[in-house]
Amino acid sequence: MYLYHGKILIIDLTTQEVRVEELSPSLLKGYLGGIGLATRLLYQYLPAGSDALSPHNPLVFATSALAGTIIPTSNKHAIATKSPLTGLIGDSLSSSFWSQALKRSGFDAIVITGAAASPTYLFIDNDIVHFKKAEHLWGKGSPETEHYIRRHIGDDRVKVASIGPGGENLVRYACITNDSNRQAGRTGTGAVMGSKKLKAIALRGTRPIKVYSMDEVERISIDIIHKAEGPDTEKYRVLGTPANILVLNGLSALPTRNFQQSSFEKAESISGEYLAEHYLTKVMACATCPVACGHIYKVAEGDYAGTQWELDYESLYALGPLCGVDHIPGILKAAELCDYYGIDTISTGSCIAWAMECFEKGLLTKEDTEGIDLTFGNHSALVEVIPKIGERSGIGNLLADGVRIASSNLGRNSEHWAMHGKGLEFPGYDPRAMKTLALGFAVGLRGACHNRSPAYEVDMSGEVDRFKGEPGRGSMVKEKEDFAAVLDSLIICKFIRKCFGDFYTEAANLYKQATGLDMTPAELKGAGERINNIKKAFNIREGWKPGDDWLAPRLFSDPITEGEGKGTVLTEAELRLMIDDYYQARGWTAEGLIPDEKLRALGIEDPIAPWKGLEYGTQVYNL
Amino acid sequence: MERRYITCDPELCSGCGLCEMVCSAEKEGVFCPELSRIHLVHIDESMAVSIACRFCENTPCIEACPREALELDEANNVIRVDKMRCTGCGWCIEACDFGAIVLNRSTKSVVLCDLCEGRSQPKCVELCPREALKVSTLEIEAQNARVEAAKSLL
Repeated sequence: MYLYHGKILIIDLTTQEVRVEELSPSLLKGYLGGIGLATRLLYQYLPAGSDALSPHNPLVFATSALAGTIIPTSNKHAIATKSPLTGLIGDSLSSSFWSQALKRSGFDAIVITGAAASPTYLFIDNDIVHFKKAEHLWGKGSPETEHYIRRHIGDDRVKVASIGPGGENLVRYACITNDSNRQAGRTGTGAVMGSKKLKAIALRGTRPIKVYSMDEVERISIDIIHKAEGPDTEKYRVLGTPANILVLNGLSALPTRNFQQSSFEKAESISGEYLAEHYLTKVMACATCPVACGHIYKVAEGDYAGTQWELDYESLYALGPLCGVDHIPGILKAAELCDYYGIDTISTGSCIAWAMECFEKGLLTKEDTEGIDLTFGNHSALVEVIPKIGERSGIGNLLADGVRIASSNLGRNSEHWAMHGKGLEFPGYDPRAMKTLALGFAVGLRGACHNRSPAYEVDMSGEVDRFKGEPGRGSMVKEKEDFAAVLDSLIICKFIRKCFGDFYTEAANLYKQATGLDMTPAELKGAGERINNIKKAFNIREGWKPGDDWLAPRLFSDPITEGEGKGTVLTEAELRLMIDDYYQARGWTAEGLIPDEKLRALGIEDPIAPWKGLEYGTQVYNL
Repeated sequence: MERRYITCDPELCSGCGLCEMVCSAEKEGVFCPELSRIHLVHIDESMAVSIACRFCENTPCIEACPREALELDEANNVIRVDKMRCTGCGWCIEACDFGAIVLNRSTKSVVLCDLCEGRSQPKCVELCPREALKVSTLEIEAQNARVEAAKSLL
């Protein structure tokens, strides 16, 4: 077995005990790495029903199966933990040199349990774990934290993953940042890290990495790199993901002013095209990525002059149209602030947009906001509110819990416009204009998510009526979810997915050439299904209920106001129909539970159970 | 042969590090950036550059070697390391202003860029997806600088 180490490092922050456990090749092959392996380990190490912010909730970091090599975009890692935002599976990906260092440290994964008594950071020097004091780093942003730790250790090859003040203050959608500006953004992994008083994990991994067939891995990688220089990745390479603004705007799928509209009249002035012409200074890549989607923009003059920050579509959507803002310097400044505090831009923008609507409707006043004018379109409100969220002060304390809890706390029908699925705020696609995506959002295992359920591809393919939910979408969503699970576990970035022809055949061969483990296309596809099922099993164990697979009330009552699809809503009947169809395609019961025989068929075996606990409602998650 | 070396344009370099991976694979048969002959340096979030041996005119590495293990092969424009003589003491590594020389601890001798002697062009240059790397000479670099200067003046 090559590439895998067959070992995980288990660190208990409470007792400062460290131990190493072995992983069998069959387990590694069954869950691949990344999201799959991290979820499998989380299932094993989380005592059922533990609170997300309690010391019992493990924080699991798993490397990509293929990290440490030249394989394009493979230098990634996954984080899994019980999400403080959703109470269910929290999993998030990040990438670059920290991921590479994790693989090269000699472990396939790190499981961190317990909680430190005072701020601590870990320095993992290959296989030696040091517990270091971090009082002096508490309150600092991630780039500064990384810089300090590297300078202190005195080695530029030390890579750091850390939380900002948002994670320290338990903002429920805080992220974990590595390599200065790569984030495991969603589901609040940073809040779990903050609850453990763990500021950072510094890694020095210096093991050379060998693969089963050097020649084949190099040949296949170079082939993908050349393909990635062509039309398959052009969108990400040339304009970066902000190219989506005009595409989605044209489809009436660009959520605007907290989903009150589905297109933004000022879309042109925040488009990828406009940004490229007026603000672009540089493109940057993650480790071993030939695409370089990271577009860095700079404000040359006027408001926020000198601000230079990376912006992707999702951040741009959430801090821009969703809040009615078309002021690029303000959006860039807001994104920079989110990254300083270490909070997810999508959830942050969504929370502010929700609050802006509360302000518009008089539920929140200037008295509540300490004078901040939370009118849609006011970019300075973003810049004023984000620090309050990061610090949990004033209005920020309400918003730091995410829209589901905030709307439940504020009440007065504000749940109607709290745009989330299972507590996770929506990414930038309007489900009313993309009905397959609506299904993907509703059943999404980590909540409403376009990455774990890239169902929008079905709607954008032109092969279905995207304004209508129909039978057959269930199996399409299942296929997309399983495909995403394989990509997220191998890990290969979705942005080079089109560089493969017959994906499962080519990826199974690449896996074999890299690890030396036999893998058929069917086995690889099966791993995707297994991974999604263990996530589902985790959710059921931790308190998922059938009614949780649903979406925000607004989508059912407030129609698209203009453009193509004007007047369209999501009907309860069509969503119900698609959900039933999906459960059936998954081989689950009509209630959405996994039959025992299905679990056995997937090879999800006993040692990690109690499987008998798989009746919903036995555990109540405590937010 | 005219002195040639690998340059990296920081305006184009995306900091992906593929150059380090392909180099260590080509030269050492493993993926290991520390054993690469070209080294990526991240300056900040928006700036990175890769550095390899520049084959300096006064070769401080050769001067520093106490055992005459390094030698400039002028005919082929490479610095040759005599593995039998090299003890891995690291004087040359300290003498190099660019950090272009590294120690291979398994062979106990130092390694540095040889422009992939025998290949039409170095593997890193061939692979660089941003075309940030190229083999250049001082004369070409000076010409480019003159052109840029002239453009900005006129």
